[in-house]
Amino acid sequence: MNALAPAPADTSVAAIDKSTVKLDVQNLDFFYGRNQALKGVSIPFAANSVTSLIGPSGCGKSTLLRALNRMYALYPGQKATGKIIFDGEDILKPGVDLAMLRAKIGMVFQKPTPFPMSIHDNVAFGVRLYETLGKADMAGRVEESLRRAALWDEVKDKLHTSGLGLSGGQQQRLCVARCIAVKPEILLLDEPTSALDPISSAKLEETVTQLKADYTIVIVTHNLGQAARLSKFTGFMYLGELVEFGETEGMFTHPLTTRASDYITGRFG
Amino acid sequence: MTVSQTRVIQRKITNLVFVGFCFAVTAIALTALALILYSLVSQGLGGLNLDIFTKDTPAAGSPGGLLNAIIGSILMSGLGMVIAVTIGILAGTWLAEYAGMSRYGVVIRFLNDVLLSAPSILVGLFVYEILVHPFKSFSGIAGAVALALLAAPVITRTTEDVLKLQPIALRESGFALGTPVWTVIRTILWRGSTSGLLTGALLAFARISGETAPLLFTALNNQFRSFDMTSPMASLPAVIYQDALTPYPDLNKLAWAGALLIAASVLMITIIARILSTEQKRS
Repeated sequence: MNALAPAPADTSVAAIDKSTVKLDVQNLDFFYGRNQALKGVSIPFAANSVTSLIGPSGCGKSTLLRALNRMYALYPGQKATGKIIFDGEDILKPGVDLAMLRAKIGMVFQKPTPFPMSIHDNVAFGVRLYETLGKADMAGRVEESLRRAALWDEVKDKLHTSGLGLSGGQQQRLCVARCIAVKPEILLLDEPTSALDPISSAKLEETVTQLKADYTIVIVTHNLGQAARLSKFTGFMYLGELVEFGETEGMFTHPLTTRASDYITGRFG
Repeated sequence: MTVSQTRVIQRKITNLVFVGFCFAVTAIALTALALILYSLVSQGLGGLNLDIFTKDTPAAGSPGGLLNAIIGSILMSGLGMVIAVTIGILAGTWLAEYAGMSRYGVVIRFLNDVLLSAPSILVGLFVYEILVHPFKSFSGIAGAVALALLAAPVITRTTEDVLKLQPIALRESGFALGTPVWTVIRTILWRGSTSGLLTGALLAFARISGETAPLLFTALNNQFRSFDMTSPMASLPAVIYQDALTPYPDLNKLAWAGALLIAASVLMITIIARILSTEQKRS
């Protein structure tokens, strides 16, 4: 089936080739205490491409993202039910090793969060948790990661100065480098440019564009232009439900639901 | 127009009055501090000489110094701070990172706040009961424990406070890499709050460096030089207390010199720690 083929307006699961699905969310409910934040969300994330999650504030985009690496497990009152299938295994099942899961599913946050250590050590931090590399190998990994995050040229002469001394945009790319240094398969980006100026945002988008060939990327964004530029697929969420999902181009030109159409054209949200 | 102008003028006057009040209060506090420092320096400098650092406390009428008291103070404050920093940082970290709003956390936080303002003489009495009375001897160790009990609540409190200042996103990005909690605390949170943790330790040191009452109950005093922490020990505050109350001018002078030494050492340690923490931030 083709994503552009007419799909019933009430369903969120548009067709993407099942064999390319890297991460498959099935009927996910999410609760903050008694408050239900996600209602029966089903959405596939295709391998080696970018999927955007858009929708007005409070619609559950970030909640969905934080379910994908089980970040919510840090907080006792939060709970998810349903299934999230990653490489054939349900990651919501008890007994899943969260450290190994998060090594495979990296996350970058809204505000840059460099650790209070040198640029080199920031990137090496995650690697050291999983691998024992010699000095030269580590230096290689750090360089590779910084290059992939499009930060290398700006920091190669000051690798041993504090990561806190970088500009906001550089800090955010440092966080991307730190994340990919661990060699994850999936990258979760939670409004990664909302705290950045336009030029830094453009650089970060460039970075994401470079990475999408090798990673499954999920990005939450309020910037519709960004979603259109970066992503192959888009999910539109509203009040905890996935209202519409499909190829970005199709959704932005011919949204199937009135809600998505209103949001995309700027009538609300 | 005229109405709004009167309002602006009113606002300016209110502002002026308030700023003036703040200045006045600050001036009063600073004047008091300056007067204390002035009397301390003017009286203490006269007693300061090489003997202070090379001779032990004398009997009235004979020459002497403060060496035994300096040694005792360094040993007891040193050991006390080691104990207090260990307990305080771990307890504060537990309160900030593990306890949250759990019942245990709330109760322990409350008790720590009570300890924070406990009269030091009570702490001395408590240590007397558990470490002096059973062993039938005053000791430097008991003194150090008493000082530690006074310093630990301060460090616990400041540790919890500075750790809570670290953004949640910083913790989460540590966990997002699959980092264990303990590693996040050690390598990210502690490192990010070094200067705050140091400030807490300094505050605690400043609090205990002049304590006399708890030492009188625990380490007592000692006219002689001693490195043995299982026996009674001299300390600067105890010597000041003892010598200041005598009618002999030379002993009074010695007490002033001792007071100046304490103030100077707190100042020096504060400055050194500040320099270290700013250097660490820069690197």
